[in-house]
Amino acid sequence: MKTQSRLEKVLASGALAVTSEVGPPRGAIPEKVKEKASLIKDHVDAINVTDNQTAMVRMSSWAAGVIIKQMGLDPILQMVTRDRNRLAMQSDIIGAYSMGINTMMCLSGDHVKFGDHPMANGVFDLDSIQLVQAVRKMRDEGKFQGGADIKSPPKMFIGAAANPFADPFELRVMRLAKKIKAGADFIQTQCIFNLDKFEKYMEMVCDRGLDEQVHLLAGITPMKSAGMARYMKNKVPGMDVPDDVIKRMEGVSKEEQPEEGIKIAIESIERLKKVKGVHGFHIMAIEWEEKVPQIVEKAGLFPRPVV
Amino acid sequence: MENFEPEIVAFCCHYCAYTAADMAGSKRIAYPPNVKIIRVPCTGKVDAIHIMKAFEKGADGVYVAGCLEGDCHFKNGNTRAKYRVEQVQKYLTDLGWEKDRVAMINMSAGMGEFFASTALEFTQNIKQLGPSPIKHFNTDGHQTAVS
Amino acid sequence: MITAEQKPLKEIIEYISPYDRILLVGCNECVTVCAAGGRKEVGLLASALNLHSLKQGRTIDIKEITLERQCDPEYVEELVSEIDRADAILSMACGCGVQTIAERYKEKPVFPAVNTKFMGASQSQGIWVERCQGCGDCLLGITGGICPVARCSKHLLNGPCGGTSDGKCEIAPDVDCAWCLIWERLKALGMEKRYEEIMEAKDFRPAGGGGPRKIIREDLSL
Ligand code: SF4
Ligand code: SF4
Repeated sequence: MKTQSRLEKVLASGALAVTSEVGPPRGAIPEKVKEKASLIKDHVDAINVTDNQTAMVRMSSWAAGVIIKQMGLDPILQMVTRDRNRLAMQSDIIGAYSMGINTMMCLSGDHVKFGDHPMANGVFDLDSIQLVQAVRKMRDEGKFQGGADIKSPPKMFIGAAANPFADPFELRVMRLAKKIKAGADFIQTQCIFNLDKFEKYMEMVCDRGLDEQVHLLAGITPMKSAGMARYMKNKVPGMDVPDDVIKRMEGVSKEEQPEEGIKIAIESIERLKKVKGVHGFHIMAIEWEEKVPQIVEKAGLFPRPVV
Repeated sequence: MENFEPEIVAFCCHYCAYTAADMAGSKRIAYPPNVKIIRVPCTGKVDAIHIMKAFEKGADGVYVAGCLEGDCHFKNGNTRAKYRVEQVQKYLTDLGWEKDRVAMINMSAGMGEFFASTALEFTQNIKQLGPSPIKHFNTDGHQTAVS
Repeated sequence: MITAEQKPLKEIIEYISPYDRILLVGCNECVTVCAAGGRKEVGLLASALNLHSLKQGRTIDIKEITLERQCDPEYVEELVSEIDRADAILSMACGCGVQTIAERYKEKPVFPAVNTKFMGASQSQGIWVERCQGCGDCLLGITGGICPVARCSKHLLNGPCGGTSDGKCEIAPDVDCAWCLIWERLKALGMEKRYEEIMEAKDFRPAGGGGPRKIIREDLSL
C-alpha cells in the first residue's frame, strides 16, 4: 500500500470502487459542503472536491475537503494547474495532507475564458501530467520540485483524468499511458454516454496492458432532461452523447425524463461492470447529488465495502 | 450655409470614371463645377494619405471613382481603394467627423450620365453636411492653418 | 517579427494634447511590415492629428520621421537635430523602440502610438498570428516545429487537454489546437513515439522568470 487512502484500499481489495463529487459553494457556507456530502456519504468510498470548477471562484477545494474529512469521510482533493504555480501547489498539498487528506486528482482545468474571471491570467506553470509527476516525487522521493528534501513528505494516492472521447481518438490511449508513466494510481474518466466507443477504448487500454498498471473508474452522469443531453452534446467540449441516447430521453414525457436519465445511468453501470479494466465508477450528478444513493443501490454497488 | 459651395475632390480612374467624365463633357451633360477631378492610373493608386491630405487642404468631401467591381484593369485596385476609403471613414469617425464626407463609387467608362448624376448627388450630400469642420480656418497645408 | 496595432486616436490625442510641437517617429522594421508604424502610417497619423487640431481651432507642428530601426541607439541618434524643436515625441515603433528613445532623450516626454502585441508571422495578407513567446529554451525541435508555449491556450507541454474537438482548441472553434497540430506533424514525420515521452516541467528562468533578460556576446561587444 502506497498510502493511507481508503480509495486505494477498496481498489486493492478488488471491489469496484465508487466515487462521487461535491462542488464547493461560492461563498463562506460550510453548511452547504456538509449538506452535499451527507447526501452521498454512505454510498461512496471517496468524494471528489472540485477546484474552482468551470473557472469560477469557489471555496478552496482543500478547505472544503477538510470540512468533509472532519465529518469522518474521505475527500479527494482536486487540483487544477490553472490557478497556482508549483510553489503554491506543493504547499497546498502539504497543507491538505497535514489536515488528513490523502487522495488527490491532478488536472489542468478549464480555460479561464469559460468562467466568471475571463480577465484573469491562467497560470499553467505545470500541466496535469507534470503535476502527477510532482506529487509522486513528493511521495516516493520525498523531494520538492526544486530538489530539496521534504521533512515528512505527503503521501498522496494520485489520480488523473482521462477523456476517452476527445480528439484525436488515436491519441487517447497514448495519453493515458503517459499519465500512468508519470505516476497516476487511478483514473477517473469523462462522462460516458457512448458505451460502444468506450468499450473500444478499453480494449485498446487492455491490449497495452495498462489495466494492470492503473485503476480506471468510469465516469457516469445521470441526465435530468433531454435538454441537458442536447446541451452536453453540442456545448460541452470533448463530450460524446450519441443520438440514440438523446432520442431515448426525448421519447418520454418531460416529467419522466429525470427517471429515464437515472435508468440510463444504472444500465450503463451494469454494462460497464463487465468491461475488463473498469475498476469502479465515478458518479458525477451535477447539482443532483441526492440521486447518487439511488443509482448506487440500483446498480448493485451497495453496501460499500468496509476496509 | 445657403450659398455654401463645397469643394470636392474626385480621384477618378483613367480607365473608367475619368473617361466617363470626359464623355459627360462631350455630350454636354452638366455636372457641378464643385467637383475637381484628379486622374489616377487606377484607384488602387489612391492611398489613404491622399484622401487625408485632401481634407487637410480644405476639401469638404472626397470620393474615389473606380471601375465596376470585378472589372479593374489591374485586377483588384478598386477593391483596395474601397478598403482605403473605409479606413479613412474610420479615421474621420474617430475624429468626430461625418464619415460620409468620403465615398467609393464604381462605374464603367460608358456611364457618362451616371458620372454626372453621382457627382451631383455627392455634391448635394456634402452641401447637406455643411463645410468641413476645419473650413473656418483658412487652411493651407498642415502647418499653417490660421484663423 | 514583432506585431503592433495603432492605439485608438482618442488615447493618442489625450497624450499629446498639452504639446504644440510633436516629433512623430516611425520605424522601418517590424511595424512597417505589419502596417502599424511605418512611413505610411506616420503620414496618416500626422494627417489625422492635424485634422483634429484644426477642428479644435489650433495648429500643431508635427514633424514626421521614420527611422531605420528605432530599437537601435545608432539610428535613434538621428533625432538629435530635431529634438530641440519638439515638445514631445510620439513613437509608432514597438515598445522596444519607444524605450530606446526614452533612454536617449531623457528630457522629452515620449508616448507610444501603438500597442505592441506579439511575436508572430504573417498568415496571409493583412493577417498576423502569434507564433513564439520567446521562452528562451526553444522546444520546436521536439514538437514537430509547432510551438506549444505560444499556441496552446494553456501552454501545455504534454497536451492535448480533454477539451479539443475536431482539431480545434476548447477556447474557440476558430483556434487550432496546437497539440492536434503537433500530433499530426509528428505522425507525418514518423515520430509518433516521441509523443509518449513526458516533457518535464519547464524551467521558466530563461523565459523571463529570472528577471529581465539580456544577451551578452563578448565577441561582438567592444
Ligand atoms: S518553444 Fe519557446 S522559443 Fe520556441 S517558438 Fe515556442 S516560445 Fe518561442
Ligand atoms: S484544446 Fe489544445 S490548444 Fe486548447 S488548451 Fe487544450 S491542448 Fe491546448
